[in-house]
Amino acid sequence: MGTASVIPFGPQHPVLPEPLHLDLVVEDEVVLEAMPQIGFVHRGLERLVRSKDYNQFLYVAERICGICAFGHSMGYAETVERLMGIEIPQRADYLRTIWHEMSRIHSHILWLGLAADAFGFESLFMHCWRLRERVLDLFEKTTGGRVIFSVCKVGGVQRDISPSQMSEILAVLDGLRDEYSQLVKTFLGDSSVYSRTAGIGAIPHKDAVELSMVGPFGRASGVNYDVRMLGHGAYGDLADFQPVLSTDCDCYARMEVRCAEVLQSIDIIAELASKIPAGDIMVPVKGNPAVDAEACNVLEQPRGECYYYAKGNGSKYLDRMRMRTPTSQNLAGMTLALKGCDLADVNMIILTIDPCVSCTER
Amino acid sequence: MGYSSKSPWVIHYDASSCNGCDIEVLAALCPGFDVERFGIINTGDPKHADIFLVTGSVNERNIDIIKQIYDQMVEPKVVVACGICACSGGIFHDCYNVIGGVDKAIPVDVYAPGCAVRPEAIIDAVVQGIAVLDQKAEALKAMKKGA
Ligand code: SF4
Repeated sequence: MGTASVIPFGPQHPVLPEPLHLDLVVEDEVVLEAMPQIGFVHRGLERLVRSKDYNQFLYVAERICGICAFGHSMGYAETVERLMGIEIPQRADYLRTIWHEMSRIHSHILWLGLAADAFGFESLFMHCWRLRERVLDLFEKTTGGRVIFSVCKVGGVQRDISPSQMSEILAVLDGLRDEYSQLVKTFLGDSSVYSRTAGIGAIPHKDAVELSMVGPFGRASGVNYDVRMLGHGAYGDLADFQPVLSTDCDCYARMEVRCAEVLQSIDIIAELASKIPAGDIMVPVKGNPAVDAEACNVLEQPRGECYYYAKGNGSKYLDRMRMRTPTSQNLAGMTLALKGCDLADVNMIILTIDPCVSCTER
Repeated sequence: MGYSSKSPWVIHYDASSCNGCDIEVLAALCPGFDVERFGIINTGDPKHADIFLVTGSVNERNIDIIKQIYDQMVEPKVVVACGICACSGGIFHDCYNVIGGVDKAIPVDVYAPGCAVRPEAIIDAVVQGIAVLDQKAEALKAMKKGA
């Protein structure tokens, strides 16, 4: 028996691009406890609603997180639309959903790359990021931005996707599907990957439900919940939507779920593209949110359910804007998964929750 | 050209950025832009790094960390502020918790604006940084000779 000692992990750590600090209490290379310390990315964005009006704040909302940037602008815009009782054109809804699903593809492939990096498979990491560039090219063609798009507005979207662009999107994603499936074969079939992920950091279904884990992290532990299955907006027009589930509960299962969700998103985009109605993409927005009007909204971000709340005060500034992000839900699961794991597996476990620190701390 | 400017190693730290610039920094290192073909390698160890890529508007908690990373890097060293947040605070400059710009904490040599900063801009900034690195190396040599 050794004596327990504390090892600091982060905030500057090669495995995570973001600053997350953990104090790991270890004894004989086994983690007894992990204590997260946060606050490295806290900027105080929610406070900005007081000095930026509800249209300007959209650009701040987009910059809550650069990976799910479009999701946040969409979630915020939908919340304000509910607050003011605005009905947006159906085409705008479809366009938003298409961009949002493309963001999910880019986010998941990005994550798969980082995961490959965490278990030391450098070339796989590079291949993932190579594929991801294609999705970013599509973003650039349709919106003008690679990371931050600024196409979503309260009342609709600012740009349309022309039929020729739409067919290009479908063609590129179709091409992506083949190459991506090759990568998935490595992720799910390679024995070195398997030995680093299978059986590591398992969270039983019961705990996952109790800790209200969301997103792919929860679904890998069999939590049958995905906001998309509620059928909001354009998702309601999908012929069928089943959340991707796994019951293995370990790091491997989380990888499996995300691998499958990319293909699911490609299918969703193809289906929406075939059904997209013609028409306007924006309705004019006039007036301000009413005094004490309240609205909330949920959205399935790449990392899980994100909840938005807004309150008006009669002026063009909102009284309050609040969001609860998937990672803040999942941190409890992460500390549980880290308990009793090997020090060498800490990287992998932290990564499989796909923490988004800048969303969480804002 | 010194050995370090032929193949500078970079270190990246996210000082309260929104991730947008971080993934662009990584994208610059990955296929597509691929600065690794020029021998520019991302390292996690400040002592191995020549160029410090900082993103984000730096909040109170991060000041000490970037100072620490900066102090741990060996001379000559260059700091590149990536993204408008790192240059001036950008959209977050009136948030209560940010100091608004990396240059308020450590000396910055090259500024790469953009929101998010484009990988091309990062590459451009790193190339400019290499020239600064050379100058600093020369100055260091001259100082040693003089001493
Ligand atoms: S410059 Fe823009 S993309 Fe970069 S960290 Fe700041 S807000 Fe994010």
